[in-house]
Amino acid sequence: MNYYDTDLTQLHDDLVNKKISATELTKSTFENIKSTDDKIEAFLTLNEETALKQAAEADEKGISADQLVAGIPLGVKDNIVTKGLRTTAASKILDNFNPIYDATVIEKLKAQGLITAGKLNLDEFAMGGSTENSAYQTTHNAWDLTRVPGGSSGGSAASVAAGQVLAALGTDTGGSIRLPASYNGVVGMKPTYGRVSRWGIIAFGSSLDQVGWLTQSVKDNALLTSIISGHDDHDLTSSTEAVPNFASQLNDDTSVKGLRIAVPKEYLGEGVDEGVKDAIQKALNHYESLGAIVDEVSLPNTQYGVAAYYIISSSEASSNLQRFDGIRYGVRAQDVENLEDVYVKSRSEGFGDEVKRRIMLGTFSLSAGFYDAYFKKASQIRTLIRQDFEKVFEDHDLVMGPAGPTVAYKIGSNITDPKAMYMNDVLTVPVNMAGLPGMSIPAGFSDNMPVGLQIIGKPFDEQTMYNAAYAFEQTTDFHKQTPNLGGQN
Amino acid sequence: MASHIDEQQVKHVASLAKLEFSDDQLSKFTPQLESIIDMFETIDKVDTTGVEPMTSASDQVNAMREDKAVNSHQRDELLKNAPDTEDGFIKVPAIIDESGDGE
Repeated sequence: MNYYDTDLTQLHDDLVNKKISATELTKSTFENIKSTDDKIEAFLTLNEETALKQAAEADEKGISADQLVAGIPLGVKDNIVTKGLRTTAASKILDNFNPIYDATVIEKLKAQGLITAGKLNLDEFAMGGSTENSAYQTTHNAWDLTRVPGGSSGGSAASVAAGQVLAALGTDTGGSIRLPASYNGVVGMKPTYGRVSRWGIIAFGSSLDQVGWLTQSVKDNALLTSIISGHDDHDLTSSTEAVPNFASQLNDDTSVKGLRIAVPKEYLGEGVDEGVKDAIQKALNHYESLGAIVDEVSLPNTQYGVAAYYIISSSEASSNLQRFDGIRYGVRAQDVENLEDVYVKSRSEGFGDEVKRRIMLGTFSLSAGFYDAYFKKASQIRTLIRQDFEKVFEDHDLVMGPAGPTVAYKIGSNITDPKAMYMNDVLTVPVNMAGLPGMSIPAGFSDNMPVGLQIIGKPFDEQTMYNAAYAFEQTTDFHKQTPNLGGQN
Repeated sequence: MASHIDEQQVKHVASLAKLEFSDDQLSKFTPQLESIIDMFETIDKVDTTGVEPMTSASDQVNAMREDKAVNSHQRDELLKNAPDTEDGFIKVPAIIDESGDGE
């Protein structure tokens, strides 16, 4: 089966009432994955044997009403560690890595009966916007197989868009949930920094990384985000803020009367495709028709976001990736003479080009003589970016604009020009820099490809974002359109 | 700000990062890095006088936990992922080069 015509609540009810069994559901999930993944190439590792065993156990025990995800196979991005299930971060240096513990998000989901379908492709160590930087395979966009799925959570987004799984975990350091959600016409939420524990996420930029979901529907996303949120002693940056039951507060009355939406002029300016602007303008008009007040505002430091983000994220990456040294885990280079060789050769053979570029940029930005001009300056710009948002949020509830300046582009068209690739993140990185929650929802089409509306909220106010997204979803039909797996739409 | 990046500098940064590049790779990476660092320098024109740097978006200050011993990962389990082990230790090549002239 594919997951187009159902949702988490429906499947959960059917499982609890024994209308379907977890075994039937799991079997047909893998049948569908196997018949579609030769085209999509979303999965790096399938967890079929364990999943079927878990499904059989769930059927035997019976699925209780409080185990919200029990019996439903879900996808996990392969930079999230899973006990006993190979975790590569799409890097050759972790080709043989078999974690001995679960990430906190996985632990929390297991308490609700999680069955992991498998591990999904990404740009190596989540560095990239197209999933072309995977050391293993190129994932294809389900709407047009010649285009990228976006990245770095490209496997997660493509898998949900292709109906292989109902939901998949992703991570977002500079847009890695929202861009692929936009490119694939699915819902993607990057929660507020600190909302979700990062314990067990293979670290990229620790002050920017967050875990979140890619789903078919807003309600599923809200439901699943509540499950993974909350403070964790293993991640001291995780927040003690109370976690609302987001899904239960969604309002079937789709009025957003009085909702104050800010639209930064920089988000609909130069560099954004006309087709994307058009779709977003129509979405904003739709919000007005639902009773929202839409104002143009300015986030003047947006133009410096990409430069400051790549300095900070690369600096943090160069530090985080020092742990990959060929000693304690991962792949060690052969033919080494001494310890220095182990480090240098294991890293040089194990990392791909984009990861090396980031490590080099970060090492440079932090090095003696350059620290003040690059890392410190970028951190000051980060303050200015956050202040831009704070000012707008003084008299607005949400910020809206496109998630990306274009729709999904052709595989191979940007990969030789790293700088051009980085510029695609211009509308998503400011959110990570400021630590805010950001999401992308299906909001139209351009060039027959999905366009995502980005919704940005105040810290820990994911509820207002979900409510607005739900109102839009209930009164439009973009989310109901599904790809014809590579056929022209 | 020094904006010109040459192959010598790239080699130096690579050695700090424990990476090595062949000559072919150097001639590919150097202009790429130079072009990205040029882009970085656009932030130079922003006046940041008196602006505090932001290094974390977390609202947690001095998060504390109880200092309690727990039985976490065990040695054998941890060593399963190590590339080379012997008698419960991780094995690595010689750290001190014994072939040299006693420098």
